[in-house]
Amino acid sequence: MTITAPAPARSAPSRALDWVRDHLVQFFAGLALLYLFLPVIVVFAFSFNDPAGRFNFQWRRFSLDAWRDVCGAPGMCDSLLVSLQVGLLATVVATLLGTLLSFALVRHRFRGRAATNLLIFLPMATPEVVMGSSLLALFVQGGVDRGFWTIFVAHVLFCLSFVVVTVKARLQGLDPGLEQAAMDLYANEWQTFRLVTWPLVLPGILAAALLSFSLSFDDFIITNFNSGSTVTFPMYVFGANQRGVPPQINVIGSLMFLAALGIALAAQYRRKKY
Amino acid sequence: MTRRGTAYLLMLPALAWLAVFFLIPTVTLVSQSLQEGSLEEGYVVTGNVGIYADVLRDYAPQFLRSLLYAGIATVAALLIAYPLAYTIALKAGRWRNVLLVLVVAPFFTSFLVRTLAWKIILGDDNLVVDALRFVGVLGDDGRLLATPFAVICGLTYNFLPFMTLPLYASLEKLDGRLLEAANDLYAGAFTAFRKVTLPLSMPGVVGGTLLTFIPAAGDYVNVEFLGTPQTSMIGNVIQSRFLVVGDYPAAAALSVILMVTIVVMVMVYVRRAGTEELV
Amino acid sequence: MASGEDLRLVDVTKRFGPMVAVDDLTLTIPPGSFFALLGPSGCGKTTTLRMIGGLERPSEGRIHLGEQDITDRKPYQRPVNTVFQSYALFPHLDIYENVAFGLRRRRAAEVAQKVTAALSMVELTELARRRPAQLSGGQQQRVALARALVNRPQLLLLDEPLGALDLKLRRQMQLELKRIQTEVGLTFVHVTHDQEEAMTMADTIAVMNQGKVEQLGGPTELYETPATVFVANFLGQSNLLPASVSGRSGDDLLLDVAGSRVVLPAGRSRSTAEQLFVGVRPEKLHVRAAGDATLPDGHNAVTGVVTDASFVGVSTQYVVRVPWGQDLTVFVQNLHSGDRFQPGASVMLHWAAANAFGLDGTEDPEAGRIIDPELVQ
Repeated sequence: MTITAPAPARSAPSRALDWVRDHLVQFFAGLALLYLFLPVIVVFAFSFNDPAGRFNFQWRRFSLDAWRDVCGAPGMCDSLLVSLQVGLLATVVATLLGTLLSFALVRHRFRGRAATNLLIFLPMATPEVVMGSSLLALFVQGGVDRGFWTIFVAHVLFCLSFVVVTVKARLQGLDPGLEQAAMDLYANEWQTFRLVTWPLVLPGILAAALLSFSLSFDDFIITNFNSGSTVTFPMYVFGANQRGVPPQINVIGSLMFLAALGIALAAQYRRKKY
Repeated sequence: MTRRGTAYLLMLPALAWLAVFFLIPTVTLVSQSLQEGSLEEGYVVTGNVGIYADVLRDYAPQFLRSLLYAGIATVAALLIAYPLAYTIALKAGRWRNVLLVLVVAPFFTSFLVRTLAWKIILGDDNLVVDALRFVGVLGDDGRLLATPFAVICGLTYNFLPFMTLPLYASLEKLDGRLLEAANDLYAGAFTAFRKVTLPLSMPGVVGGTLLTFIPAAGDYVNVEFLGTPQTSMIGNVIQSRFLVVGDYPAAAALSVILMVTIVVMVMVYVRRAGTEELV
Repeated sequence: MASGEDLRLVDVTKRFGPMVAVDDLTLTIPPGSFFALLGPSGCGKTTTLRMIGGLERPSEGRIHLGEQDITDRKPYQRPVNTVFQSYALFPHLDIYENVAFGLRRRRAAEVAQKVTAALSMVELTELARRRPAQLSGGQQQRVALARALVNRPQLLLLDEPLGALDLKLRRQMQLELKRIQTEVGLTFVHVTHDQEEAMTMADTIAVMNQGKVEQLGGPTELYETPATVFVANFLGQSNLLPASVSGRSGDDLLLDVAGSRVVLPAGRSRSTAEQLFVGVRPEKLHVRAAGDATLPDGHNAVTGVVTDASFVGVSTQYVVRVPWGQDLTVFVQNLHSGDRFQPGASVMLHWAAANAFGLDGTEDPEAGRIIDPELVQ
């Protein structure tokens, strides 16, 4: 039987150093997360600020005023309403059109596949400045007044590609054997779609709709080019940079974050049950 | 209805929308760049190709600056996002989904509001600047705001999820056993990373850098909030030419040049780094 | 309760572009039988099954169920159900609803009763409210079976349903399926590439190769009297000795195998050609020391040298090199412990003439041969 000498005792600091070395990657990841959340924390914190002047950049004192009087900032709630309206409308249209296109791409044979794929990809790869300005060029040439409906058109445009990518991925992941099994079990084409295909694609369509809405709600550059005198929430914030930043903006920002977190966690919870 | 007929019908609305509001405007943009005139008198297509030379001459600094800032921001984003994506994909275990949510959630807050937050963080009389002045990195009058540093900081931050998610998707597909095999074959941790993990995550790196660089090059919000006219990027020029001055032909020409530059760079990059599926 | 109608495939061909998957197939599946479509991958057996189920349409030919031509009918119009290789359980429905699916589409009466009965037949009653993702592979397979059986179809199609199961579970399910089929009396059509599985379960086997049926018959008939080299090699193993017909003596063919005289009853040969293969299964060969003069009546003998001897517990497997350069495989049951021949030993191999079979000598002797990793070549 061999006797091994006991390992020399390590001092606490050198053990700590070892731990850091082994977990170097996680350490940097933690820093990255901190970096990600820093602005969010600042946004949240400064929603409780009572600023000295028009600009909410220096901490003065704690106050719940902004939360109590959310629509106190002039024009902000109007802009929110516009953003919501455009967002909902664009989401519905983009999700509908994009879903139909996805079904065609995944389930049917046709010529011009490569060209179609390219056409869908291009808007995602084009800088917003270029897309915004080319749409503006179209409207100017066509003598179309810029306003709510031009914003709507622009939003559907850039949401389409993302809807297609999302729904297509979900559809491709669907086992075609399931639909064959349904037909084997006496379901005709319509029943198969209603009872098998649709319920299984729905999560993808909902994810696409959610993505669409957030892209639309948060869009600035393309909207800026094509909005005329209509003001969406991001445009309001942009103007605020010059005009005056009320803490209510931070309130909205915080609410958006909490809503997003809530929806994401709820989706996680639902998926665990499946 | 034939299968092919159904397909065309399903595709028609979406493709029509894309054709009318994406393809045609691109043509319109080019045609607009070849016009001359003014807002009051109206514009006429004259085929003035010289505008491109004029515009390149006048705004070369902003162009180069855009490419530079976007490039630096992309590299910075890669360095920050890689450990994050690596941890989530390979070391997170059951926390993976929570971490993904945490990475994505901040970006559902309005990016303008968050960029305003950077104005606070990097503000003249706030914590960060005070600390840097104390340590001596910044002079007593030193600022972070209205510097290229602030703009690049904002750019890096804003496009971080576009870098993180493709990286994550790529790393997630990595088979842990390959790293075990590398270790078994005498590779240390860093060598294993260099020779196995990094090459296999290249599709994610390519996707992430494209999705970061392209929008960053055309951004103007970060300059507007965090920079000055001295740090203006090409996006600022295009925006002001279009919406403030109304000089449509010049603005359109600038847009076209930006688009072409991006397309060329993307094609060169993609061909060298290699990627298969775009969509 | 046997279903009364037979299924007939008449001149059925299926092409995928230039590739012919099923080539002019004519087949009758008798009602109430356990029928196997056996063959290597790519032989067309799954395509044939899918055409019976309506999931593929024949390029040519007709399919009849009893008096009715069902070729043009959609899957949901056929009294046929399938157990898929991947099970294809609906992930968004629980087990109960999965099994009830077909009944609900046909608006059958007493759904609850039938579903409960089906689940208890496969012994999964307590899992009725779980989702498929929560079940093991073996349990999912049984759900797929229950889902199909509950509809009492005229034909039950099984597409390699046991492929994903481990060995023990597979053996268990093979016996289960056979028992259920006998109990319920439906016609089962079972697609598999595993010849042992087919021989264990099926009453009738159709051996398929490259879109055609090589031979159709019961397991014993196929094994002891194969019609082609493919069948002889695919089912079990065969030693194929090249022989030429030198004459005839009564009911026996006199053959010349590289100088040695071999006798084969004429009725055991499928071919009347001049060149034949004399096929002898490894287990039909006896081994004796060379020079042992006692040869039983009606036996043929060849001499050879043992080049390999593997002890496999139940049997010893020898490879014997014969004078004309061929390696013959011999399986000898280990009736006594201890006595085995060693490599290098000179031996005499003999077999009862009636245990051999004759095949057309112009066929490729390698057709259908699968490399068995456990056997030393």
